[in-house]
Amino acid sequence: MTEDHWIVGKSLAQDSAHLHVTGEARYIDDIPVVQGTLYAALGLSEHAHAYLRHIDLSEVSRAEGVFAVVTAADIPSENHLGGALKDEPILAVEKVEYIGQPIFAVAASSVEAARRAVRLAKIDYEILPHNLDIRRAVAAEQFVLPTKRLQRGHAQQAIQEAPHQLSGQFSLGGQEHFYLEGQIAFALPKEDGDFHIHSSTQHPHHVQEIIASMLGRELKDIEIECRRMGGGFGGKESQASLFACIATLLAYKTQRAVKYRVDRDDDILISGKRHCYDIRWQVGFDEHGSILGVVLDYASRCGISADLSGPVNDRTMFHADNAYYLDQVDIISYRCKTNSQSNTAFRGFGGPQGMMAIEYIVEEIARYLKKDALSVRRINFYGQDERNLTPYGMRVEDNIIPELTDTLVQSSSYLERRQLIEAFNQTNPYLKKGIALTPVKFGISFTATHLNQAGALIHIYNDGTVQLNHGGTEMGQGLLTKVAQVVAETLQINPSHIRCTASTTEKVPNASATAASSGSDINGMAAQQAAEVLRARLIEFLAKHFEVSPEQIQFKTGQVFISDKKTLSFAEVAHLAWFNRVSLSATGFYKTPKIHYDPKTMSGRPFFYFAYGAAVAEVLVDVLTGEYKVTQVDILHDVGDSLNPALDIGQIEGGFVQGMGWLTTEELWWNQAGKLMTHAPSTYKIPSIGDLPRKFNVRLVDKKPNREATIYRSKAVGEPPLMLAMSVFFALKHAIESIADYQISSQLNAPATPESILTAIQTLRSFQSTTAA
Amino acid sequence: MKLMINGQTQELDIAPDMPLLWALRDHAHLTGTKFGCGLAQCGACTVHVDGQPTRACVTPVSAVEGKQITTIEGASQSSKVTQALQAAWLANNVPQCGYCQSGQLMSATALLSQNPKPTDDEINSFMAGNICRCATYQSIKTAIKQAAASLA
Repeated sequence: MTEDHWIVGKSLAQDSAHLHVTGEARYIDDIPVVQGTLYAALGLSEHAHAYLRHIDLSEVSRAEGVFAVVTAADIPSENHLGGALKDEPILAVEKVEYIGQPIFAVAASSVEAARRAVRLAKIDYEILPHNLDIRRAVAAEQFVLPTKRLQRGHAQQAIQEAPHQLSGQFSLGGQEHFYLEGQIAFALPKEDGDFHIHSSTQHPHHVQEIIASMLGRELKDIEIECRRMGGGFGGKESQASLFACIATLLAYKTQRAVKYRVDRDDDILISGKRHCYDIRWQVGFDEHGSILGVVLDYASRCGISADLSGPVNDRTMFHADNAYYLDQVDIISYRCKTNSQSNTAFRGFGGPQGMMAIEYIVEEIARYLKKDALSVRRINFYGQDERNLTPYGMRVEDNIIPELTDTLVQSSSYLERRQLIEAFNQTNPYLKKGIALTPVKFGISFTATHLNQAGALIHIYNDGTVQLNHGGTEMGQGLLTKVAQVVAETLQINPSHIRCTASTTEKVPNASATAASSGSDINGMAAQQAAEVLRARLIEFLAKHFEVSPEQIQFKTGQVFISDKKTLSFAEVAHLAWFNRVSLSATGFYKTPKIHYDPKTMSGRPFFYFAYGAAVAEVLVDVLTGEYKVTQVDILHDVGDSLNPALDIGQIEGGFVQGMGWLTTEELWWNQAGKLMTHAPSTYKIPSIGDLPRKFNVRLVDKKPNREATIYRSKAVGEPPLMLAMSVFFALKHAIESIADYQISSQLNAPATPESILTAIQTLRSFQSTTAA
Repeated sequence: MKLMINGQTQELDIAPDMPLLWALRDHAHLTGTKFGCGLAQCGACTVHVDGQPTRACVTPVSAVEGKQITTIEGASQSSKVTQALQAAWLANNVPQCGYCQSGQLMSATALLSQNPKPTDDEINSFMAGNICRCATYQSIKTAIKQAAASLA
């Protein structure tokens, strides 16, 4: 923590905390509805791939309480979702491509009436063959986007010439966001054909663009507002727009306010998730475990359209190295089209899948060489002055992973515990322990350079209070609080005098999504700049007014000192400035420096900096049932000079547990017909309080300001900690491989559910008995 | 239909099979209780019925006629346990997105009312039905223990 800051770096409570504990914090569903508000529901496809031969909605229209029924034909202009590629309709036309795809929508007098009505549709489908299998899609060359390849040197040759070779394949499951507040939008017609839409979204500007194109209107006609989301995690980045479109289309049709609060099952059936991957790999290495060449083949299930799959899969490729220098490397990435939900952003954005592959490989190398995986990790870490160029040509200049790892190894007693665990496993046939340490190096910035910009708008009222707005959105991460701390620090005012207002396209135009962990980095900088403009303006005015030099004016801890003759409160200064006709409103703007990236060659500096962390996890597995407990987790994570340590620790704990869910209990399962059957919390198991590690020690790296000039030298924290949970997966793998004395790979896939662990154990046992025989 | 909500009798024009959640949110205009899943699987809609934690999303109003219904709004005003928990919640910076928090607090209130000094395992088992996707569990646990200590 930097000592000379008054507000920044303090563990201030989130600005809405007092409202959250009393139930007063207002989410979109809590906004009082206007007279005549209607409620929406969607009619969904029941087949994974089919032509829509005939749609009979006559009974739907006649159902009690129904005011409007709309299909694609009712869309006044463009019928498409998505960003660059217009490859997914809002409502299906002619054919459907996954179970859950929206076909029509209803507005009725109540949610119940709307939901009852949609069931009365009679749709005649001509069923077509469907595919959800990733490798079958690769074989058939069914892709949503072209295949990408990133190479350095001659990986294949390096592998062949290496003293040792290994190869393998494993699969990683996807993940449902399960934001506790489901997708929701509330559309209100305004005069002259304009709309005001409350949308639970991480990207109001994107929703604005999609709705404007749907209605054939201009951006100026559409306002999107979001005060807070009840969780986002990436699921409300691109995918909130469908639900906002439906509410708005029905509001357009009926000229009434329409609310669409999506039913949980529908939400899970309709919306995209974290991409699941099938990964094939080959590696060549020496007797110390040093990687000499690696080939990585990533194939992901993207669903029916591109959505954000391009940048997600790019980020997978950029994180194929994690914290390791890969000299000779060949990375290929297939973006498969499948008859399933269009997969999207999810905390980590493809990075976690990228890293899992190299961590898997490192573990396999260690097992093969009968070494502790930690020593293989260490030998392959990026160097400081050499061995520091990523496969995409960016130099790693801020590498702290070796020392961070050393500190964690010490503080967690990793080496001693590993010995104890292996001794425990020798004498316990039914319970097995495992331990693993995994590092994280995560690149911070949007990989699309143009998105790395932010705007802010600050008003000072003549009572000295401040309204603060910026392009970022609040989804629980505490962004509004952090940015308010920055403004309070700059103006030296008490944060209680700052009101963070709802994110709205009316205050800051063209804002990027609150995503890529960049929220406080870019919005904090924009707000700081606006506050600095206002402070400079006030200083100029005060200097003239009191006939002192600008240097003699100081803003400090809530007061303004005018040379040594006068002290004013900030409120007095604001009032005086207003009275003397000084403008008290300013905008701020920021664009991340240094970054550049050529998507054609996949080279450049896509990231401003890296965030680092490492975790040690210990688990206890019952080999008769495959059930397990995470007994201890020690985390050391790098947030630079924290803007707010309490919020950062909350992000680290929460991100870790969410990552653990992805790799352990959360299993998405589609049936033969292509229907996602795990579409409710009864069948989809996200971590609950009892799944917490029994001992859970989280620490921030001490005294390590960001070497890049970020906002108060802090680092982004939203996504990186999620990947610390890789340690749990590899601890499980370590535990179960003890039953074959670490001789055989368990071929464990993620999620490592008890069932999957039991299967891996049985594979180990059968392999063991075969080799024994 | 007459319902006793937060100590007051309210006459609401609702069908007997309406889930209590919608009676509270749409008719009594008490929006602190949240809709999460509609299946009694997430805990966001937790209220108290005669002091017992109850999932309002699957409880028909006919089942709670004549019983004392307490929501987060009522508990914030009248329950010393809830108030102690709220203070501990704030001191430990528990809420992130906040959406599940009123349900968490209602369950925690019931826990401490029944068991003033719960162990870790007792907290785990009692709070298992209240999921938090932000995974604020570590600080929930700390806050429950702190509130328990402050009430002792």
